[in-house]
Formats: sequence, C-alpha cells, structure tokens
Amino acid sequence: MNVLIDKFDVFAGGFWLTFQICILAAIGALILGAVVAVLRISPVPPLRALGTAYVTVFRNMPLTVVMFFAAFGLPALGSNANFLRIPVIDAIFTRLGTDLPYFRFALIALILYTAAFVCEALRSGVNAVSPGQAEAARSLGLTFGQNLRYVVLPQSWKASIVPLGSVIIAMIKNSALIGFFGVVGDLSSTADQLTGAEGYAFIPVAIGISIGYLIMTVPLGALLDRIERRQAVAAR
Amino acid sequence: MRLTRVAALATASALAFGLAACGGDDAGSDDAAVSGGKSFAAGSTMERLNKAQVVKVGTKFDQPGFGLKGLSGKPEGFDVEIAKIIVKELGIPEDKIEFVESPSKVREDVIINDNVDFVVATYTINDKRKERIAFAGPYYEAGQNIMVKKDDTSITGPDSFKDGTKKVCSVTGSTPAEEIKKHVKDVASQVVLFDTYDKCRDALKGGQVNAVTTDNVILLGYIAKDETSFKLAGDNFTKEPYGIGVKKDDTAFRGFINDTLDKAFQDGSWKKAWDDTAGKFGAELGTAPAVNRY
Repeated sequence: MNVLIDKFDVFAGGFWLTFQICILAAIGALILGAVVAVLRISPVPPLRALGTAYVTVFRNMPLTVVMFFAAFGLPALGSNANFLRIPVIDAIFTRLGTDLPYFRFALIALILYTAAFVCEALRSGVNAVSPGQAEAARSLGLTFGQNLRYVVLPQSWKASIVPLGSVIIAMIKNSALIGFFGVVGDLSSTADQLTGAEGYAFIPVAIGISIGYLIMTVPLGALLDRIERRQAVAAR
Repeated sequence: MRLTRVAALATASALAFGLAACGGDDAGSDDAAVSGGKSFAAGSTMERLNKAQVVKVGTKFDQPGFGLKGLSGKPEGFDVEIAKIIVKELGIPEDKIEFVESPSKVREDVIINDNVDFVVATYTINDKRKERIAFAGPYYEAGQNIMVKKDDTSITGPDSFKDGTKKVCSVTGSTPAEEIKKHVKDVASQVVLFDTYDKCRDALKGGQVNAVTTDNVILLGYIAKDETSFKLAGDNFTKEPYGIGVKKDDTAFRGFINDTLDKAFQDGSWKKAWDDTAGKFGAELGTAPAVNRY
C-alpha cells in the first residue's frame, strides 16, 4: 500500500484534473439539459420534436461512442473545439486553453451525453407538478416563459433535485473514460501510469483511485439525502 | 547428435560462467548439461513442465513483429519464436504451447498468480519490476525513438520538445510515455496518450500531434506499412532490454532460460527468429546481448 503515500502527488494531480472536468461538465450539462427540457415541454411541436430527438440520440448511445465521435470526428471535420477557450474560465481550468484539444473534446462528449439525462430528470420534475397549476397560470394570462419561471419550475425543482444529483454522480463516474481519449493525467488514467509503466501492484492503485472518486461522489450523495429529508419534513 | 548437444551446452555454460561474475546460480545449466534426453532435476519448474507436456506463455496479441494475433488465430512474432525456442528446449512440442494474452498492465500479475509459466512480451527489464518478478535475458535491446511525418525536419530528437510547441503522442501506462514526459516543457499541452498506437498514428496523420514516440521496433512496424508518410527522427535515446519474466524466486528456471538463450545466440536460431519476424520491418538486430545473471 506504499504506493498511496509514495505516489500521493500523482493521485492528487489525477483527482484535481477529474474534479475540473466534472465541474465544467456538470455546469455545461445542467445548462444544456435545461434548454433541451424546455424544448421538450414547449407548446411548439417542431421544438418538442427537436428535444425528443436529442434525448433519443444521446441517451441511447454508449458514452464511448460519443467520446469517439468527439475525439476523432471533430478533428476530421476540421474543428479543434476552440470555442471552448473561454477567456476568464481557461485561466482557472488551464486545460481548456491548451493547444491540445482532447480535454475540450472529452468535455463536449460528457456534456452532450449527460444533458440528455439532465433533461429527463428536469422533465420528470415538471410532470410531478399538478397540471392544474400550469392551467391556472395560463388562465391568469401568463406566457409560457412566465409560467415556467414563476409557477412550474419553482415547484418542479424539488422533485428534480434528487434524480439530478444521481445523474451528476453517474457523470463523475463516467468521466473515468476520458483517459482513453487523449486526456493525460486524469484519476483513472493514473492507474495505467502506475501499474503499466511503473510496475506497481494493481489492487493498491485501484484502491487509491476508488478513494479519489468516493471523495467526489459520497459528499454529493450525502447532500442529496439531506435535501430529501428536508423535503419530507416540508411536505408533512 | 548427442555429442553435439553436449558440446553446445558445454560452450553455453562456459560462457555463462565467464559472464556471471558472482556465479552460484547456475543450477539450471548443470541440470540441463547432465540431461541426455529431456530430464530435469526433481522438483524444478522444468521437470514439472516437461512432465505435464503443456506450457502456458504470456505474450502480447497486438504488437506487430513481436506478438500479433492475426487471421491465423495464432500469435506470430519475435517474442513467439523466442518462446518456441525455450519450450523446445524443455522437451515439449510447439503445438502444446498455450499463449495467454498479457498486455503491459497485467504482466507481473499473470506471473505471480500462476496464470502463465513465463512471459515473453516486449518486456523491458527494470528495477521496479524486479521487485515483484525476475527476468531472464535480455534477448533483445530495443530503444525509444520518435516517428514524424516524412517532410518534418523540425524534430530531430527528444530535445526538440523542450521549447514547448511540439506535441507528441504515446500509449497510456507505457515506459516511453513516462520517459517523454521528462523531455517536454509542459505535459498538459504537449503530451497525448491513447490506449493503442493506431490512434496515435491517426492523430499524427491528422495533424493533432507532431510526433509519436515509443520503442523503435514498434515505430518501424508502422513505417514499414506506410513508408511514404512517416520516418524516424534521429537515433534511439533510451535502452530497453527485453527480458523474459519468471517467478521471482525461481532461480533454476531463470538459469535454464538464460542457458537456452545463450545457446540460441550461438547456433543461429535467435537470428533466424528475428529475420522471420521483426527483421522484415528493417529493424537492426545488432549483436546478441549478454544475458544478465543477477
């Protein structure tokens, strides 16, 4: 188990990179997922169809395939995803601004994939709001946007938060794939480095990596439990 | 027949004694020398395998020239031929070898867990690995090199990455990947790692990276397939002696493999194995390496 102490810096570096891509992907997926959810519940049929098509494609495709398209399809189309080099943010998340595009490709894939699940979690929350609420709001003359903003979303949020949390936890675990698509030094690819190149035994390394993921996922899970309990109290 | 074999073994063991400064671990060669047919010292790994008449060998299935499992369904390459030479010496027919796929990550584990009897899999001898297993050999000395596009003159060696602009690709969990990290200015913006070299080659073709780095023989395999696109940039900048992995405490078996290798270096079967496999890519075999009886 010495590897955990001897190579602490490698684990810590891997943790930090995985943490970065998870934060960025979570923000991106929540925004994109919310947009798609609005499309899916909008009163305009073509927009609804668009939202449904998005969810159908990205929810049913394996993440590996999405990653593959992002990492090898985008360069074939001549894109290095330079639009993600957002000035202020790339100063904090330095990998966003490097010449090597693979961090950005992996981020795009994670966002596209997770957004489909975020959309469905949000939509299930909206469905949990009794239809009478939206109808009452409409009869008061509220527009679709106002209806969502003031009546439906504030109520649906409560029903969405726990499934949303599960989606984000799943996303953190899914991020283990990025090491296979050109991102160097994330938490799971440190396993390859330590066992393959440096010859450490696999099990202690796997334990170290598991600890890294648990540090991210367990507090998030605990937070969700707390929110759930609070809601239970409020509902009584 | 018998006389020539004894003579060859005598030469081999004389050579072995000459090379091993400390000696004392040559039990294997003595056992082999007294064996007229194929009988080995009781309780040794050689005897166990000889009696069982089957042997499990760990090798790679995806390494052109060394261990590549193609349409024939059997792995082919230099490592496979080396394994056959050793198994023949054990008195076991070639078709009784069971090849077990052993990618870089699990090579120590398959030896320790008894999944295989020995490993021949472009296995670089280093001290970290010696903590868990033991190496016979080396039987070949490779070295890390750099592959670039044919028209690229800006990269001449590992120092070309020092200015921080050139990007380089290698494979996750490989020694060359760790080595090249020492030569670049900024790992995050200069190094890409994939799970296979094919992806690296595509990235080089597509222009996402400027170079691919790993052992020369692997790169030569890619160049042989596409000579109009790629070339090597400069000379090897590391030494990667390939050894044969066995159980850490099995000194007798290690000695036996070392003797077999010495014999193969002498009688030409080592060179023939090379010429039939990796030698076709234009890689230099060089002179036979001295086996290291540590």
